[in-house]
Amino acid sequence: MIKKAVAAASMAMATVAVQAADQIRIGFMSTLSGPSAALGIDIRDAFNLVVKRNGGKLGGLPAEIIVVDDQMKPDTGKQATERLLKKDRVDVITGIVFSNVMLAVAPSIFENETFLVSANAGPTAYSGEGCNPFFFAASWQNDGQHEAAGHFSTTKGYKSVVLLAPNYPAGKDALTGFKRMYKGEVIDEIYTKLGQLDFAAELAQVRAAKPQAVYIFQPGGMGINFIKQWVAAGLNKQIPLIAPGFSADEDVIKAVGEPMVGMYNTAQWAHDLGNAENRKFVAEFQKEYGRLPTVYASQGYDTAQLIDAAVRDAKGKIEDRAVFGKALTTAKFNSVRGEFKLNVNHMPIQNYYLRQIWKDPSGRITNKLVSTVLTNHPDAYASACKMKPW
Amino acid sequence: MDAILLVEQALNGLQFGLMLFLLAAGLTLVFGIMDMINLAHGSLYMVGAYLAATVATATGSFLVGAAAAVVGTAVVGMLLEVTLLRRLYKRDHLHQVLATFGLLLMANEAVRMIWGPEALSLPMPEALAGPVEIGGLVYPAFRLMIIAVGIVVAVLLYVLVAHTRLGMLVRAGASNREMARAMGVRVSTVFTLVFGIGAALCAVAGAMLGPLLAVQVGMGESILILAFVVIVIGGIGSVRGAFVGAVLVGMVDTFGRTLLPMSLRAVLPPQIAGNLGPALASILIYVLMAGVLFWRPQGLFPARG
Repeated sequence: MIKKAVAAASMAMATVAVQAADQIRIGFMSTLSGPSAALGIDIRDAFNLVVKRNGGKLGGLPAEIIVVDDQMKPDTGKQATERLLKKDRVDVITGIVFSNVMLAVAPSIFENETFLVSANAGPTAYSGEGCNPFFFAASWQNDGQHEAAGHFSTTKGYKSVVLLAPNYPAGKDALTGFKRMYKGEVIDEIYTKLGQLDFAAELAQVRAAKPQAVYIFQPGGMGINFIKQWVAAGLNKQIPLIAPGFSADEDVIKAVGEPMVGMYNTAQWAHDLGNAENRKFVAEFQKEYGRLPTVYASQGYDTAQLIDAAVRDAKGKIEDRAVFGKALTTAKFNSVRGEFKLNVNHMPIQNYYLRQIWKDPSGRITNKLVSTVLTNHPDAYASACKMKPW
Repeated sequence: MDAILLVEQALNGLQFGLMLFLLAAGLTLVFGIMDMINLAHGSLYMVGAYLAATVATATGSFLVGAAAAVVGTAVVGMLLEVTLLRRLYKRDHLHQVLATFGLLLMANEAVRMIWGPEALSLPMPEALAGPVEIGGLVYPAFRLMIIAVGIVVAVLLYVLVAHTRLGMLVRAGASNREMARAMGVRVSTVFTLVFGIGAALCAVAGAMLGPLLAVQVGMGESILILAFVVIVIGGIGSVRGAFVGAVLVGMVDTFGRTLLPMSLRAVLPPQIAGNLGPALASILIYVLMAGVLFWRPQGLFPARG
């Protein structure tokens, strides 16, 4: 009897699915505790900025945002995802910061035919042959910022480098990306443990290798500790340190300060990019939260904008996978990074910029935009993606 | 690998080892004397670090922060012993593990409620923030200070255990608890004191490592595992064993992380070496522990004859 009722109910649901939904449920799972909490918090705050400005709606539908903390742990993320999919029945999952968490949870999201719109991680595993119609990155493909850094290091004339990254998927992607565009000699590649906070042994190794420059990918708290210890060891006076935007943004500057002045880094966004949407975003974010946004915040903002535009284009029919999927692929919105479009593998084609940390006229230590390193840059894996467009 | 790099890595290994010793010393005494497995030992380290960070930020003085942490954590430790842990001594190990694991979870949640989920930063004392140069070797001043503090504490502990009345009682308790009690030792007071000392040592480690690592919820768990490895290697109940074990683990970890990937690259293709190196390096200390368990199951310096 009950079974029949459930079957009838689900059939009824299936028939109404073509109509516009009455709300959109977003599962926002991010890293909100521990040394890398600042990352998830910035993505969340910027995402909420868009929702709040729209009066609690995305694309005209009332938005319910269910926020959960993955603690940067794949197993915690996995449990939270099951709850979001089965109990909360969310329409979209977003907010994931770390690639190792994403790789653990994405398969069950795809299997459930739920859309995963990434506000950060863009793993290589979902870029080429493994690309997936339910995966969208509003941020970047994992290699992007590092390719730009590799390109910059070549043009800057650094003949030899030592590379450091955590031993996890995004760390491997990072160094692959850097090496793809770097033409000099890579003296050493050092992989550290993900979450490692003491880098004494690695710093000694770097010093002994005497490279002309060092490139690090150490996101969140790892980067803060690395750069602090780099300074304490006196290495900032010996070797130039280059980083992707992640490791040289407001969160790290706040913790390290003065010694970072002069440091070059590469990202797809800068807070002083001149477009109108960006000026509005930076001003509103500062007003609401009293701090400058990071590159993570810019991604959270654009993720919300992307979903907002797609829901509007789909006329609220988010339960029709094909309609919503197509809308996500083609959605047009004013990205804070300027021009933005998605490639065939749903990874962005975008510019990457060189930024340098300086002390602005008001005495504030922050990034300034220097130049464009890569223009309309697609990732290296898109051609291997054979997915049928929505 | 040149001599300077070797010396620098040896200092790094020593620094890490000495901090492990501070944690392992308390753990081994509690385990050895009271036959009590305390999984919440790492929580005392966390409490120490949080107290140090809070007081240091409020007063602007690292020294005041560290002192407050040591006193505060010792008090917390002794209160814990008197109110709760004391009841567990006679129970079997399973009960102790369950109860102290619960305590660990409660401590994490309590810290999360009081200080929030984000990591705190404990500022390094300004004077020690830079490097010092000693004959070609450039080394962070703060890490040198950690080494000095570690050695001083180790010596004090040695004097306390080997040359004082309290130390004699501790040693008597460790080698034969029943006999010590039969001889009229007021074991319960000794236990409370030992627990307080263990907690204070945790706080020293927390205050010293706070500026280098991050003061965060759950920071005690990963280091507690290493502390257990140390006391298994050193021999349960032996402070000397804890010292040797800790320095051994510190050295093996530091040199393993740098030498192993380097030597693997010499014999294997870079791709395989790159994957294998870090993986092998991170299990090296457990290989060491397995080796010790195999050849000397009681540890290197067993406390009981």
